[in-house]
Amino acid sequence: MNIILAFCCGLLAATGTYMLLRRSFVKLVIGLALLSHAANLLIYIVASPLLGRPPLVRAGETQPPAPFADPLPGALILTAIVISFGVVAFTIVLIKRTYEEIGTDDLDQMTSTDRDLC
Amino acid sequence: MNSVIFQVAARVLLPVMLLLSVVFLLRGHNEPGGGFIGGLVAASGYILYALAVNLPESRRLLHVHPRTLISTGLLIAILSGVPALLVDQPFMKGKWIEVTIAGFEGVKFGTPFVFDVGVYLVVLGVTLLMAFTLEERYQ
Amino acid sequence: MLIALPVLIPMLGAALCLLFWGRSRPQAVLALASTASMLAASVWILFGVRDGTILTLNFGGWQAPFGITFVADLFGAIMVTLGAIVGLAVMAFSVGASDRLRASSGHYPLSLTLLAAVSGAFLTGDLFNLYVWFELMLLSSFVLLTLGGERGQLEGAIKYVTLNLLSSMLFLMAIGLIYGTVGTLNMADLARRIDDLQDPKLATLLATLLLVSFGIKAGAFPFFFWLPASYHTPPPAVSALFSGLLTKVGVYAIIRVLSLIFDQEWSLLGDVVLVVAGLTMVTGVLGAIVQNDMRRILSFHIVSQIGYMLMGLGIAIGLVGSLGASSPIAVLAMSGAVFYIFHHIIVKANLFLISGAVLITTGSTNLKEVNGLAKSHPFLSMLFLISSMSLAGIPILSGFWAKFVLVRGGLEAGSYTIVLVSLAVSLLTLYSMTKIWTQVFWGEPDDLKSPPLDRRTKAWVYSPIAGMCVLTICIGIGAESSARLALDAAEQLLDSSRYIDAVFDGASAQIGDAP
Repeated sequence: MNIILAFCCGLLAATGTYMLLRRSFVKLVIGLALLSHAANLLIYIVASPLLGRPPLVRAGETQPPAPFADPLPGALILTAIVISFGVVAFTIVLIKRTYEEIGTDDLDQMTSTDRDLC
Repeated sequence: MNSVIFQVAARVLLPVMLLLSVVFLLRGHNEPGGGFIGGLVAASGYILYALAVNLPESRRLLHVHPRTLISTGLLIAILSGVPALLVDQPFMKGKWIEVTIAGFEGVKFGTPFVFDVGVYLVVLGVTLLMAFTLEERYQ
Repeated sequence: MLIALPVLIPMLGAALCLLFWGRSRPQAVLALASTASMLAASVWILFGVRDGTILTLNFGGWQAPFGITFVADLFGAIMVTLGAIVGLAVMAFSVGASDRLRASSGHYPLSLTLLAAVSGAFLTGDLFNLYVWFELMLLSSFVLLTLGGERGQLEGAIKYVTLNLLSSMLFLMAIGLIYGTVGTLNMADLARRIDDLQDPKLATLLATLLLVSFGIKAGAFPFFFWLPASYHTPPPAVSALFSGLLTKVGVYAIIRVLSLIFDQEWSLLGDVVLVVAGLTMVTGVLGAIVQNDMRRILSFHIVSQIGYMLMGLGIAIGLVGSLGASSPIAVLAMSGAVFYIFHHIIVKANLFLISGAVLITTGSTNLKEVNGLAKSHPFLSMLFLISSMSLAGIPILSGFWAKFVLVRGGLEAGSYTIVLVSLAVSLLTLYSMTKIWTQVFWGEPDDLKSPPLDRRTKAWVYSPIAGMCVLTICIGIGAESSARLALDAAEQLLDSSRYIDAVFDGASAQIGDAP
């Protein structure tokens, strides 16, 4: 199972990078979103998800009953998803504003901040 | 969107989703759910309404600006860490009291719940702020 | 509790500011009050850690490797204090310089959130928590950068957002790999357990991933393109805040992670960091030379100055690999990096504030459009002269001592190439500062396009700049004690066992927990 997930993760990262390198900035956002999925999936794979009971400690004991799942990767991924959700939403607003302002979605046209204007 | 079915459904769904979000918020401490999920469900109710009916109507139903929700939520979340300080324990250490609500005895009420309420409001506010801004430009 | 204050105060301020949306005066008062109390809290922390104790705080009472830990060692405390100083100066400047619409909407709450996130990044002892602070910092800086929505701002923001997000993804992947292989994300715990890795090459991979990710944020050599493309586009107060703090958080993270966790990689990474440092210095300064706009020149100089900080780190960790952690030369070089950071934060933020003052008095920062400010605005010119000479490293001012310590560390370590490069770069820095001086400040004054500033605006704009100038001079005159502080911080950084002990030792946790 993990090997399939690993391939998925690589595929997502590769597609994301390819999208990032294209000129249209709609594709840029898609690329960023795919890359963040790749990162989240990577955490999930590497932290080797173990099937088991939720790690709840019963009253009077100090350890949860034996095969218990590690809750931390889930928490990390959830936080990362939330953050990337916020960032991608912001980026969408940003490219929309930029499109309205500049009138093109070609990244090669956006050189005015790099050129010396005088 | 001019679909009668969608409009009618959204009108029914909004209160149901708000109720559901509160249920998620309340059961969140020991079972799946919590402030974050609750906030998202509530926000999607309002977003659905804005898509189906219209944006001003959805804003009116919210009564306050999403920004106010964010700041109130943030304040509540920060303040939830304070009670532990008063009894000389580390910031954000959970404090619990048992209260009787509507005949149910021994209902536990604590600072992690207050924190969750803060998260609920912040998530609701942030999501709606972004969604409404996008929708506004679209219209 | 004390060490959470520099994060909580601005956060609280931001929440309250949001309640006063649309009204600039209460927001400004709140912003000034919260940055001032943040400064007070961080100075308090600085005095608490001055004698070498390391304060820790476990949130919610969860013990060290399990909960989120905040750690304030000397380096962290210095950085937080500097963040608060820059924050206060920028808020005061914004009161005078921001237009009404901006000041009454998102400017203050977002700047405060940014400050909270920056302090969080300086104080946290947990790698994932560091990621969260980074993201909070990026999100608030994205919005600050685009607020107003002019063409240049939006174009700059797209480059800024893309590269910084890429760096966050790399950081996140590194975190995933670290958790999967070592099984912990608490930095002190990581430092203890990273040696247990079965494959030592894995540690190299992790260190490299983190180095690349933080390198993008710091604007180090191959990844700096986003910085000069975006830093000159937002309003001056925002540029000053960014230039003083954001890239330095990247440098801080590099220093923290390399010095604390990856100590067995030092001899290898030392050379890498040195090469990166040299190239960063040279490309940054060469970029600055061809520019013709004050703010663009200053943006490129941020890049070149990042090189100096990395140079100190590179020399230090390269040496420790061969001489051992207690080597005084390594400590000297590291203290050079620390000294350079705190000199740089103040001077660079101040130069951006000055360029902002030039912008609002004349309506432009283009070298060809502004002339003769020395005659029409002698006070502002004097302030610029002090700051720019400090940046170039003229004796008595803070920049001279920072470079002096670095160069001495480099010479004693025998890294002559990097010393030579750094001296040449500092000459070129002097050249581009004199270029600004001769074109903007000398010559006959033009007729000003903008109306003269009223007295209130002038007071708010000039007082933070003057204050920061006084600070630069004070660091220069009191170089002995500043250098001492930097040395102590460097010693603590290179001896990671102290940090680890503090995090896992209940006794010092008690000190931190006392309200």
